[in-house]
Amino acid sequence: MIAIVDYSAGNIRSVTNALSRLGAEWRLTSDPSLLRSADRVILPGVGHAGKALESLRSAGLDGVIADLRRPVLGICVGMQVMCRSTEEGDASGLGIFDAHIRRFQPSSPADKVPHMGWNTIHNLEKGIFKDIPSGSHVYFVHSYFAHLCPDTIATTRFGESGEMFSAALKYENFYGTQFHPEKSGSVGERILSNFLNL
Amino acid sequence: MLARRIIPCLDVKDGRTVKGVNFEGLTDVGDPVALGARYADEGADELVYLDISASREGRGTFTRLVGRVADAVNIPFTVGGGIATADDAAALLDAGADKVTVNSAAVSSPALISEIARRYGSQFVVVAIDARRCDDGEIRVTTHGGSRLTSRLLFDWAREAQERGAGEILFTSMDHDGTRSGYPCDLYARLASSLSIPVIASGGAGGPADIAEVLTAGRADAALAASIFHYGEITVAELKNYLHSRNIPVRL
Repeated sequence: MIAIVDYSAGNIRSVTNALSRLGAEWRLTSDPSLLRSADRVILPGVGHAGKALESLRSAGLDGVIADLRRPVLGICVGMQVMCRSTEEGDASGLGIFDAHIRRFQPSSPADKVPHMGWNTIHNLEKGIFKDIPSGSHVYFVHSYFAHLCPDTIATTRFGESGEMFSAALKYENFYGTQFHPEKSGSVGERILSNFLNL
Repeated sequence: MLARRIIPCLDVKDGRTVKGVNFEGLTDVGDPVALGARYADEGADELVYLDISASREGRGTFTRLVGRVADAVNIPFTVGGGIATADDAAALLDAGADKVTVNSAAVSSPALISEIARRYGSQFVVVAIDARRCDDGEIRVTTHGGSRLTSRLLFDWAREAQERGAGEILFTSMDHDGTRSGYPCDLYARLASSLSIPVIASGGAGGPADIAEVLTAGRADAALAASIFHYGEITVAELKNYLHSRNIPVRL
């Protein structure tokens, strides 16, 4: 069973739909014992990272997630809250990934924030990117980002000649994607399916 | 670098696709879900569904349809047509839409843009603007499918929409829409450079060269089209291969 963490983090229907299309059994829950016993845990997130962290802490889920032993996938803001800290709401994160989340500072008017749309991913590590060619397009929507760090397992670039940042992170059994695999067509489905088959 | 996006637009009335003629292998071109999934498979980057139902029953059908699209389609999609309140937008978000587009109601009450953006984020609000050039040379905003002229000026309204939290502007020149004579690329380029949010070009494409031009000279981030896809003149995949051959960054 795949547990999707229920912590009022915005619209999660696209995540549940994508799992259903893959034929996976999922359950939306905030019950710590269910999260601990699940084969896979997905931490979704749309919106404000600082507020998402508040919700996780007030539900007592921050420690539960950080202690999970099975593969965990944070998506978008779900990935950001798993980092050390975030500028959004000036909050400390779950401290799983060694990155600080900052807001994009466009250097040219052509570089628009939010970073929204289809961008290419590179320097892919196997695992969740098994059989995904470098240069594949995935769908991003975000204004804050994780810099490159030892946990980076995929990179992308903001703007025409802008900064490279982390498209995905991994530390032990924890994974995070800044992009939305559930909205990234067949490439995204493959990434989700790789996560389920780790 | 972000790819330029190609966005097929489907008009839906009482739960059925209005346009859509010959599609090999697609038994029901009137089914908006099947048609949208087909476009997604061909490489569409997003989809737009516009509800043109006149009746309350039709609108209820549309909301249920949005749920079915969300179940079936693995790319982002935007819905619009008749959104008058933030609660209308909320119902479509709950049904699974990634974005909503607002038009006439935002012109008469601009606070609608701010309200939706505050509640659900700027990435959720696309402001559609239909405008045309008037005899005095000014480009003014129209509403209700171009039938009503307002006193608002295109550039002022687009900037106000951005300041109120719009995430994207979908601009249609009513002087070019349906003419198949190409887009007003100078106008698009001026609009894009006056805004910090993406501009989607709509209305006027006669063929792939027009779309290539509006994505380069016109500086649009995306192009929305209906007829050229529905009538099978070119597939999304063929269009994107053509844009790629012109060195325009696209997702293949």
